[in-house]
Amino acid sequence: MNAIQALSQLSYGPPERALPIPLAPACRKARGGGLCGIPSVLIEAIRESGVRDLTIVSNNAGIDDAGLGLLLQTRQVRKMISSYVGENRTFAEQFLAGELEIEFNPQGTLAERIRAGGAGIPAFFTRTGVGTEVAKGKETREFDGETYVMERGLFADLSIVHAWMGDTEGNLVYRKTARNFNPMMASASRMTVAQVEHLVKPGEINPDHIHTPGIFIKRMIVLPPGFEKRIEQRTVRKRPAAAAAGEEV
Amino acid sequence: MPWTRDEMAARAARELQDGFYVNLGIGIPTLVANHVPAGMNVQLQSENGMLGLGPFPYQGEEDPDLINAGKQTITELPTSSYFSSADSFGMIRGGHIDLSILGALQVAQNGDLANWMIPGKMVKGMGGAMDLVAGVKRVVVLMEHTAGGKPKLLKACTLPLTGARVVDLVITELAVFEIARKGDPRVTLIELAPGVTEAELREKTEAEYAVALRNVA
Repeated sequence: MNAIQALSQLSYGPPERALPIPLAPACRKARGGGLCGIPSVLIEAIRESGVRDLTIVSNNAGIDDAGLGLLLQTRQVRKMISSYVGENRTFAEQFLAGELEIEFNPQGTLAERIRAGGAGIPAFFTRTGVGTEVAKGKETREFDGETYVMERGLFADLSIVHAWMGDTEGNLVYRKTARNFNPMMASASRMTVAQVEHLVKPGEINPDHIHTPGIFIKRMIVLPPGFEKRIEQRTVRKRPAAAAAGEEV
Repeated sequence: MPWTRDEMAARAARELQDGFYVNLGIGIPTLVANHVPAGMNVQLQSENGMLGLGPFPYQGEEDPDLINAGKQTITELPTSSYFSSADSFGMIRGGHIDLSILGALQVAQNGDLANWMIPGKMVKGMGGAMDLVAGVKRVVVLMEHTAGGKPKLLKACTLPLTGARVVDLVITELAVFEIARKGDPRVTLIELAPGVTEAELREKTEAEYAVALRNVA
């Protein structure tokens, strides 16, 4: 089946049918900014599938009742490769009870490992983490008088990503900071499934504005109208007095 | 009298220069954004993937797709740009960011920084801190001088490191220290908060330091 057929067949299908099931027990998810830009519906589909012992590559671990927190609740995760998991109590409990393994990566190293994996680069050298626990047991090398540590590329069986807009070729456009880890995640797996807020025909996205070319996307689902994106930390400022009186600022 | 958190942030803002690209950590460092001098062009970077951070949105204008590295809702500016986290850390690791201002649990007199983990307690992860201190040209630490009465500016860090020999300047509520981290490491006390004596500071500081106080307006 070529990619176009897969997309046109699956574009309007239910999310549980968009995932290759049974899933291999090694799976990757795209996230970057807490709940911002996460493939929330596809996470729910993985939860529904019941697949267990997952290894998940994700910058964060979600919060207790949203994002990857949903898969922690159901104990479907064996290992997380993340940079920051501070917002999740379920995670803390399972980790302290020895039920969940964690491999902490510096955020930039994690992003680059995924980018490298998708680009066919098995390893690279970085200054990040030299002289810290992160570098323990890893090869180091000097370049131009500076010490660098070797980090490996990451490649997964499955990636799930969230995009603002996609066309039926699989071309994706992300929106604002919801881009975060999504472009690298899309490139770094055998099977990438995208959830998109808006599906359009080829040509409706300016080719110059495409962030992820469709070659990386194998399947796609469209989110229902009115799909709600959650905000993790709502922070606002006061309107000036004039604005409060009805004047737009 | 020791500096308030806001005064500490104002002191850190004096490290800014026109045209700088700057990354601010969570906590007191975030307050530095309120002290950018009028007329100075400073672009704030958020490591999740944005340059040109705007202020918090007005109520009702929050955008779930627009957050800073602390996951707070923010706004964009005419100068803003968005990019992936890989590009974001590329500009950090690649030395394109001029200044990083962040908090610390401990700083050592050779510039070692510990700010991500306390063994035995729940570990949250380092986020982007290790990348920032390894890649940004100049690293400024804003921290309380002591924790539970114990010094945080030490001869050597006892907590797991975030980076080795990475800190250039330490600002606390009591004083400002410069760290020469290349060659023979050396700490120099350059400013004291009003009313804070050198004797008091010695008592609350484990690191060895020289004194070269500058007149501060």
